[in-house]
Amino acid sequence: MKHLYIYILFIALLVSSSSFAQQTPGSKQTKAIAIVGATAHIGNGQIIENSVLVFENGKITSVNSGSANTSGMTVIDAKGKHVYPGFIAANSALGLVEVDAVRASDDQNEIGAMIPHVRSLIAYNTESKVVESMRPNGVLMAQVSPKGGRISGTSSIVQLDAWNWEDASIKTDDGIHLNWPSSFSRGRWWLGEPAGLKPNKEYANQINEVTTFITDSKAYLKGNKKPKHLPFEAMQGLYNGSQKLFVHVDDEKGIADAIYFAKNNNIEHLVIVGGAEAYKVTDLLKQQNVPVLINTPHTLPANDDQDYDMPFKLAKILHDAGIVVGIQVGNAENFQTRNLPFFAGTCAAYGIVKEEALKLITSNTAKILGIDSFAGTLEAGKDATLFISEGDALDMRTNILTQAFIQGREISLESHQTELWRRYSEKYKNQ
Amino acid sequence: MLFCFMSGISLMAQDYFPKNDGVKAESHSYFAFTNATLHISPTETIENATLLIKDGKVIASGKKVTIPENTTTTNLEGKHIYPSFVDIYSTFGVKKPERASSSNSPQYDASREGYYWNDHIKPEQNAIESYAFDSKMASDIREAGFGVVNTHIADGIIRGTGSLIALSPNGTDASRILADRSAQYLSTSKSVASRQSYPTSLMGATALLRQVNYDADWYAKGLSETKDRSLEAFNKNKGLVQIMDAGSKMNDLRLDKVGDDVNTQYVIVGGGDEYELINEIKATNATFIIPINFPDAFDMEDPIMASTASLSDMREWNQKPINPSVLQKNGISFALTLHDLKKPSQFMPNLQKAIEYGLDETVALAALTTVPAGILGKSNEIGTLKVGSYANFLITSGKIFDKKTTVYENWVIGNKHEIVSMNTIDIRGDYELKVAETTYDLKIDGELSKLKSTVKTESRKLGSKISMTDDWMALTFSSVDTTKQDFVRLSAKIINAANLNGMAILPNGSETTFYAKKVEKDASKKSDDAKDDEDEDKSPDVKIFPITYPNEAYGFAEKPKQQTLLFKNATVWTNEAEGILKNTDVLVKDGKITKIGTNLSAGNATVIDATGKHITSGIIDEHSHIATSAVNESGQNSSAEVTIEDVVDSDDVNIYRNLAGGVTTIQILHGSANPIGGRSAIIKLKWGESAQNLIFDEAPKTIKFALGENVKQSNWGDYSRTRFPQTRMGVEQVYIDYFTRAKAYDALKKSGKPFRKDLELETLVEIMNNERFITCHSYVQSEINMLMSVADQFDFTINTFTHILEGYKVADKMKAHGVGASTFSDWWAYKYEVNDAIPYNAAILHNQGIVTAINSDDAEMSRRLNQESAKVVKYGGVSEEEAWKMVTLNPAKLLHIDNRVGSVKVGKDADMVLWSDHPMSIYSKAEKTLIEGTIYFDVDRDKQTRDAMKKEKNELTTMMLQAKNKGLKTKPVVKKEELHFHCDTL
Repeated sequence: MKHLYIYILFIALLVSSSSFAQQTPGSKQTKAIAIVGATAHIGNGQIIENSVLVFENGKITSVNSGSANTSGMTVIDAKGKHVYPGFIAANSALGLVEVDAVRASDDQNEIGAMIPHVRSLIAYNTESKVVESMRPNGVLMAQVSPKGGRISGTSSIVQLDAWNWEDASIKTDDGIHLNWPSSFSRGRWWLGEPAGLKPNKEYANQINEVTTFITDSKAYLKGNKKPKHLPFEAMQGLYNGSQKLFVHVDDEKGIADAIYFAKNNNIEHLVIVGGAEAYKVTDLLKQQNVPVLINTPHTLPANDDQDYDMPFKLAKILHDAGIVVGIQVGNAENFQTRNLPFFAGTCAAYGIVKEEALKLITSNTAKILGIDSFAGTLEAGKDATLFISEGDALDMRTNILTQAFIQGREISLESHQTELWRRYSEKYKNQ
Repeated sequence: MLFCFMSGISLMAQDYFPKNDGVKAESHSYFAFTNATLHISPTETIENATLLIKDGKVIASGKKVTIPENTTTTNLEGKHIYPSFVDIYSTFGVKKPERASSSNSPQYDASREGYYWNDHIKPEQNAIESYAFDSKMASDIREAGFGVVNTHIADGIIRGTGSLIALSPNGTDASRILADRSAQYLSTSKSVASRQSYPTSLMGATALLRQVNYDADWYAKGLSETKDRSLEAFNKNKGLVQIMDAGSKMNDLRLDKVGDDVNTQYVIVGGGDEYELINEIKATNATFIIPINFPDAFDMEDPIMASTASLSDMREWNQKPINPSVLQKNGISFALTLHDLKKPSQFMPNLQKAIEYGLDETVALAALTTVPAGILGKSNEIGTLKVGSYANFLITSGKIFDKKTTVYENWVIGNKHEIVSMNTIDIRGDYELKVAETTYDLKIDGELSKLKSTVKTESRKLGSKISMTDDWMALTFSSVDTTKQDFVRLSAKIINAANLNGMAILPNGSETTFYAKKVEKDASKKSDDAKDDEDEDKSPDVKIFPITYPNEAYGFAEKPKQQTLLFKNATVWTNEAEGILKNTDVLVKDGKITKIGTNLSAGNATVIDATGKHITSGIIDEHSHIATSAVNESGQNSSAEVTIEDVVDSDDVNIYRNLAGGVTTIQILHGSANPIGGRSAIIKLKWGESAQNLIFDEAPKTIKFALGENVKQSNWGDYSRTRFPQTRMGVEQVYIDYFTRAKAYDALKKSGKPFRKDLELETLVEIMNNERFITCHSYVQSEINMLMSVADQFDFTINTFTHILEGYKVADKMKAHGVGASTFSDWWAYKYEVNDAIPYNAAILHNQGIVTAINSDDAEMSRRLNQESAKVVKYGGVSEEEAWKMVTLNPAKLLHIDNRVGSVKVGKDADMVLWSDHPMSIYSKAEKTLIEGTIYFDVDRDKQTRDAMKKEKNELTTMMLQAKNKGLKTKPVVKKEELHFHCDTL
């Protein structure tokens, strides 16, 4: 009888979920919800089989194995299914770019070399069709980052079911993004120089420019701050430890230089973004306790000689060296962000055990972004931002979501795309 | 008799130039060079011989030469005479055309009138019209040993004729110009003088070269109603030798093939990398002109910089000097050239290096004399010192290619150019030098024309500089007191090399005398020297790394061979009615799948335990742009005449990476820059084979079409607003226009009337005859329907829509037309026209009964197509078995090669993959990838290769460091950039 009740309730939920208007954010959780019977992937390396996960008022209250008292709660029977913490996409363009090739829909790249005062959050478009396409794959949170220039601006972290940027934000102005000077420059073939990459003669100068900017801004911040200097003001968080410095750099030399740079300038929280050659500097990264947000593994080796699977196994190499690793998506096209679970899956295929691979897009990313107090794992006290999948969510065959919640609110898994799917499937059915 | 006859001719020559600055004062005397070792040709040497010349020609050569009275005789006892060298790939004295000024829009039409429709076809150019003698350069080239060059205008695809110029120091062009239309030159590079877009690619250039030939044939028959000075010149130049600048091993092969298509055997200017593909090079039967520009070592002192050097670049440094000797060993006829060298003075050291690396000296000399002369059909005039030849010769102190040999004089058409005086006293050696009570050790070495000195005292080396002019030696060296910047200066008239004495000026300004006495080195040192001499005839003591196939990272030491293999106990995805078979064996023999069953007996097969593993047929990527040197010919809105088969790149490491992802066959498509694109190439990824061997045998003919934003240049910026079409409306009209023209062409052809062979229209006719299959790049439903409707009008069928991201909207119409689909699993949002792209597309198309494939269009994604097929399970719930066919059997069907590949079936090609796990699982890896029974990828071999490469790079790094320490020139490491093509790569 109870089973039947749950079954009916489940059907009702399904029906009601499909009747959600597209893009309409889910309403506030009013009743405790228990997900019963699923394999819970906690996100910290642990699994709880046959679990009972309870959340109330948007927060997880308990995750246990076996039975629990679920009376008075909405019970979701998830036997044979899997429950995961919402995946977190680091360094994304979500909500800033809609169609890559349409300039009018691109708000990611402001002009100027040192523009930390430029904030991504206020341009974040909650109504983006790209954003809604993330959720059916379990990507429920994202860092939205500016691009371009030397210091590109300030990012924020959002949840992906919101009416506007204010309620989307789960961490406002979390960090500042610095594009590290490249060690190589291209030959100016039009001036008769040989094409191809050669050492960048301006490298030291370009680093000095940033150092000078930092020194000047520190001096400014110690004084009476007059006249007002917006870029300098925006650097405050880096110096008082409330913001992180995300340095976008791939090469060995650059990574090492960036680490010493941060140290010399007393910047507490440094994150390496990219890190294609981080495997060459693992000792330093470990010793300085610097985390790395690696490029999506779905990239080609950096050169002809490199192992064909280097991008696939980079996470393992860093993980084995004791470095905190997450996956970032800045090197991929915007829409690819929804493949975040499969990026982690690929890392698992090339050496990391599955639950550790899961950390690359959950707890590790949360730690690196500084949101681990409320996101990244299925642990009591954290936001109920999670989803239920028919099977292993890191494998595309079985990443099939039945329900998802953000801060306890059940969210729509519909999108422009699912609507078109239904519409045209109907078309042929009726012909 | 001959002698009398020859002199008779020159006596009879009649002057016709007036003379107003004096009386007639020409000398027609003889010059005789006696007692020389005379190298009449590379293979004919006479000791104690005499060379007799007069009026710029050889009158007699040999042992028994009668010397007339009016002869200046030079005794060349102990010296050698060689024919001067000939460079037939030169731009000597020819002015480079001026670069066309830039503009704010592309230029599609020709700038010229009355010439060919393409500005880059300039057979009417004659080098002689842009030529002016360049004395300085002539002198530099002569000093490198050359006497004659064939110069040309190195500009344009067809570059017109060259001129044979003698580099004589005296006289005028009247005597220097030996021939003015001496060869026709061709290349694949456009003229800088015109901005006309076409061709934008190598395959456009090769197609254009063919078309010009067809057009010229037609023009020659008098069928053109208008005048075309280019085609007239081209026809006029047809009888000349055709010299094609290919510039690399791969282009050598590509352009030789173009030559075959137009019944022309080009003489090919190579790239110096022919050793990497020597069998294929040999099979061209072409004669080559080979540059000898050997790269300097990289400066590897900075380990971080050093780590960016690629194995192939490092190997190139190690291996390139063997190129001439490899050509020789394979019996390939070649000439050498100064081309590609920064300075002519680099030539001789590089050639000596090539000889050190195994090039035979006789072959080297032939490559500089008789071979180039023969190419131009001038064997009787240049390249030897036979009677009647031009008197172009070198006088040397010894064998021409010996490092110790001095070239004294280079005579060109009887004019002497002295490089080093034969009377120069050779003061090279060791001396005991005494100046003002101090004794120094003085060592003089270097070339006679450029001496070097070392001055030491009490084993301390002092800075010094020596020079010698007109037998006067000047030597300056720093004083022993290093705290001061002052010098001792010596000057002496040299009479005898054994004793040098003269005046010395000391740092304090006082004058004194100095004395230097030649000393013999002690015995032990002498034997070292002797040993050095012996070594010169042997192969170099440097290690030369073996060539691999291809000669780069992950190449095979030996090309892999077909094997007989038995896979035991696998889960086999047959893609046939049998479905997925568990615990099954597969036997592979002679490149085919021969048995599928349980408990098969191995016989002589190698057994591979596949327990717990999966076997599938190889993945087929319907839409790829790897393994090609070009993707788009965007110079015109139709480029049906071009073909990717012309530009397949067998060296692309992405072939290997694809194999590691289980891919065995790909269709390399032309890009989407124009509505009618180019013909495709279907290849098998046989890593290590030549481009020609990659091409799928019996593959059907295919071509790429494209619709939408790319063809209307929507995302190309404001620069590109002038090419029709700029809207989807225009795209339809392009098709209707071209197919209407093709129809008319076909009718004319069939009528039996004369017609101009048109490669582009021939291709379109093939389409209308359903002999060539279209894969059309497409996005939105309107354009998809439009193209099907155009095809219906002209009564043919579109074979495949690729991308086809709105296919789900028109699946019913596609079904009715009979077209297949090859789509992305989940791509969208990258441009406006993919706004309605949905990942459920493949599922809907499949459910409507359309043959549906999942493709990559991307070098990275193509190595994970197994994962992409799994997305069709996720989005739309297609069964795993059917989804798997979307990357194997279905693309095989779309390419019309499913009789050979696409399933695990007895009788089909053994193109198979052994997977570690369920092939569509994200956790699965390809462990072995076979093509026709040959294992092209194996995870274990991959691991071994990584280790071997690491070792080789380490050794090469050490060798480069040693080179730097020896004082050899190095260059900074240049990091190689990989090019990755997509549809819209221009």
